[in-house]
Amino acid sequence: MMSHALRAMNGAHPKIRIRGLRKSFGAKKVLDGVDLDVPAGSSMVVIGGSGSGKSVLIKCILGLIEADAGTIEIDGADVLRMDRRARDAVNARIGMLFQNSALFDSLPVWENVAFGLLAQRRTSRAEARARAGEVLAQVGLDASVGDLSPSELSGGMQKRVGLARAIAAQPEIMFFDEPTTGLDPIMGAVIDGLIVDCVKRLGSTAIAITHDMASARRIGDAAAMLYEGRIVWSGPAGALMESGNPVVDQFTHGRREGPIQMQLRR
Amino acid sequence: MSAALDGVAAVGRGAIGACRTIGALALFGGAGLSHLLRPPFYGRMFLRAFVEFAYFSLPVVALTAIFSGMVIALQSFTGFARFNAESAIAGVVVLSVVRELGPVLAGLMVAGRVGAAMAAELGTMRVTDQIDALDTLSTNPMKYLVAPRLLAGVIALPLLVLVADTLGVLGGFIVSTVKLGFNPATYLINTVNFMTMTDVLSGLAKAAVFGFLIALMGCYHGYNSRGGAEGVGAATTSAVVVASILILAFDYVLTELFFAR
Repeated sequence: MMSHALRAMNGAHPKIRIRGLRKSFGAKKVLDGVDLDVPAGSSMVVIGGSGSGKSVLIKCILGLIEADAGTIEIDGADVLRMDRRARDAVNARIGMLFQNSALFDSLPVWENVAFGLLAQRRTSRAEARARAGEVLAQVGLDASVGDLSPSELSGGMQKRVGLARAIAAQPEIMFFDEPTTGLDPIMGAVIDGLIVDCVKRLGSTAIAITHDMASARRIGDAAAMLYEGRIVWSGPAGALMESGNPVVDQFTHGRREGPIQMQLRR
Repeated sequence: MSAALDGVAAVGRGAIGACRTIGALALFGGAGLSHLLRPPFYGRMFLRAFVEFAYFSLPVVALTAIFSGMVIALQSFTGFARFNAESAIAGVVVLSVVRELGPVLAGLMVAGRVGAAMAAELGTMRVTDQIDALDTLSTNPMKYLVAPRLLAGVIALPLLVLVADTLGVLGGFIVSTVKLGFNPATYLINTVNFMTMTDVLSGLAKAAVFGFLIALMGCYHGYNSRGGAEGVGAATTSAVVVASILILAFDYVLTELFFAR
């Protein structure tokens, strides 16, 4: 049932290995013992309902939220027990596409894309600008877009710029938080295609969280379902619609009846 | 009995909450300052914050200062004329402006303008995940966002206060010479004789502290804002109100420190 099977599939130590991850906010247990393995070079999609803790999971891996217990190993090193400097070094190998793109609205598009290069790599601004143009081209945007402000872009273009920023430093690991939320189906498919292209080209290990089933099947090699703070099912992304797990089946088919009870306030 | 205990409990909770906030503020400010001593340094962010603090606040500070100087001259004249002490007006104007009104009014004006803008900008960055994005790009948000603003506050407000001092005295000079009939040369000589370097430096030291407090409140409330647009609004209000109160409270403490015998 658990994603240990993926490790067996791959036959190697996973790139990302999570064991017993717990996080509560007050009395509310959001993550209650998450176990997850993501083999190197694979794309894992984590699905789950709104408020199920998908974003919290990614933020714990990135160190944006402090986990209460458990381990998160990246290449065998537990990032939860690293000091800030070591953690920054790990994060420098990770690219992240946020749900709402999270572009810096005080900077032009090209500086957003080249931000990581300018901030840490000490690249000259001219080189960073040229690199931003190259990366924008990889996500299907003209270099002239680099001079615009993020507020001048459509939602789809903002996603592309967010993706360009995530891949600019050629990360080993990439996270995608609800990459198609707020986009029309065609643009969603375009963004998913770009994500798959970028991940394959860079050979990155990816985790995407979504509740868009079409997007999950397009992006993922493997999938896992987060429910009540735990991974209740994992397997190939292609098997999502016929998982045989009643929780996953109810979720993927959008059925009202089933083991998942929606929390409604009356 | 139960109601009385509830009251005591509420006071206790309030006291604990206040201590927690003071501790969090101290840690936040200390962390921000410590990043000023360790590379990398973000000069462009400092320049941007400095221009916002100093250049764009000039008009409002200048107008406030010049009108305040004019009012002090007018009010002092109506009072001092009763005791034939009109010659002291130049001294009253310069001491009031340089020691108190320059730093305090400039501080309050800048708290309303820049402190609010800082809280709103950082608050928006927080609720739209831009601060988290900085972290994922291996950039420490305290170093990138907070430290440059704290430094800009400490440097920019004393410069603004120098301008405010000059214009405040000028305002008093204009009213005294044009409306009240003072001799311009005598007024200027009295002004220079009354003013000491300690008066100017104490005002500038106050301004540096006020600038730090404005930046600290703007950054702290914005950085820790929660809950979307409403949270950003609340952070902005808190930044301005708390900074204004702290400016007045620290003004008393610093005055006691500099001038109490």
